[in-house]
Amino acid sequence: MENLFNLFVRSIFIDNMIFAYFLGMCSYLAVSKTVKTSVGLGIAVTFVLLVTAPVNWLVDTYLLKPGALAWLSADLADLDLSYLSFMIFIAVIAAIVQLVEMVVEKFSPSLYNALGIFLPLIAVNCAILGVALFVQEREYTSIAEVTVYAGGSGIGWFLAIASLAAIREKITYSHIPKPLRGLGISFIITGLMAIAFMSFMGIKI
Amino acid sequence: MSENKKTKEREPMFSAKVLRLLKNPFNLENPITVQVLGICSALAVTVQMKPAIVMALSVTIVTAFSNLIISALRDTIPSRIRIIVQLVVVAALVIIVDQILKAYVYDVSKKLSVFVGLIITNCILMGRLEAYAMANKPWPSFVDGIGNGLGYGLILVIVAFFRELLGSGKIYGMRVIPQALYDSGYMDNGLMILPPMALITIGVIIWVQRSKTPELQEK
Repeated sequence: MENLFNLFVRSIFIDNMIFAYFLGMCSYLAVSKTVKTSVGLGIAVTFVLLVTAPVNWLVDTYLLKPGALAWLSADLADLDLSYLSFMIFIAVIAAIVQLVEMVVEKFSPSLYNALGIFLPLIAVNCAILGVALFVQEREYTSIAEVTVYAGGSGIGWFLAIASLAAIREKITYSHIPKPLRGLGISFIITGLMAIAFMSFMGIKI
Repeated sequence: MSENKKTKEREPMFSAKVLRLLKNPFNLENPITVQVLGICSALAVTVQMKPAIVMALSVTIVTAFSNLIISALRDTIPSRIRIIVQLVVVAALVIIVDQILKAYVYDVSKKLSVFVGLIITNCILMGRLEAYAMANKPWPSFVDGIGNGLGYGLILVIVAFFRELLGSGKIYGMRVIPQALYDSGYMDNGLMILPPMALITIGVIIWVQRSKTPELQEK
């Protein structure tokens, strides 16, 4: 239990997807103009992560890992399908994102319109595939760990995009050199926020 | 069929529209600084110039061919499952590139590590597929892919140039800052090697670009 809590805190703050690994930057920079849409996208990303990461972990553990097919029959025990992991992971992610897209379109057309092209782009949000690959690389052993890690990463991403959106809403009232307005200043703000988040690095929980 | 295609290709090959597809991504429609696509890899692979160039070439090749394939298939793909089809095509191309890199430039492939795999989720690919290849003929889509890949590469190389020069005093792995300067107290800026500085470098590039081309400025 304590272990899971540590993992949760670590994945939100220390291993933050945006500030420590710089994954999922495209939608992070492009959809952070207002707090409302960025909160919507943050929730969508967290949700997709919570669903895809455990599914991908199950697929990896029971289908792809070396020897994973042993439960099917003893002949398959020495089969190693891990070279297929990119393709399978991304197919699972894309299928789930398509599902989320349909659900959002049906139940919240306003959110659907606000997210625009960035809803299908969640499928190629590097954070989602990144989490699947990190889970594979770090060899988490139980589905609870994977779910907690995915949830924490999602919330960390959510916090990052919401705080950038809040700063950008305020910053419209400031005097910024014209060419730097909008995208340019967001890059620099993100850089400064990342430097601040680097102070979390090396903290052992 | 193939003859028919050839005559179609020859006509627009030199047309102004196709040339514009090739040229625009360098400035007015740059994938990184204007369309905000493909940022993640731009941050991670720009510590040195060599991986940056390899990455730029890989992305260009994958973008061009995935645009070509998807554009050729665009009428047969049902729009409900288009994302899966697009990603499978891209993933197959990325696996090919990954294997080629491992075979011929193993050390660079090691340095790029997961970021070759993450080309699949490079937003440039999906962005161009959704925005261009799904609605245009194969040849212009192919050119669009090459243009966008090179526009992306240009920014990558510029960022890598400054980060490598200021961060470790080298250009393309060769030392350019003379030893005498170090002896007199000059030091490499270690901060430039860290990822946050890549963000700030890109921010400055955007600043420079937009002050040169005022029509890109936001209100």
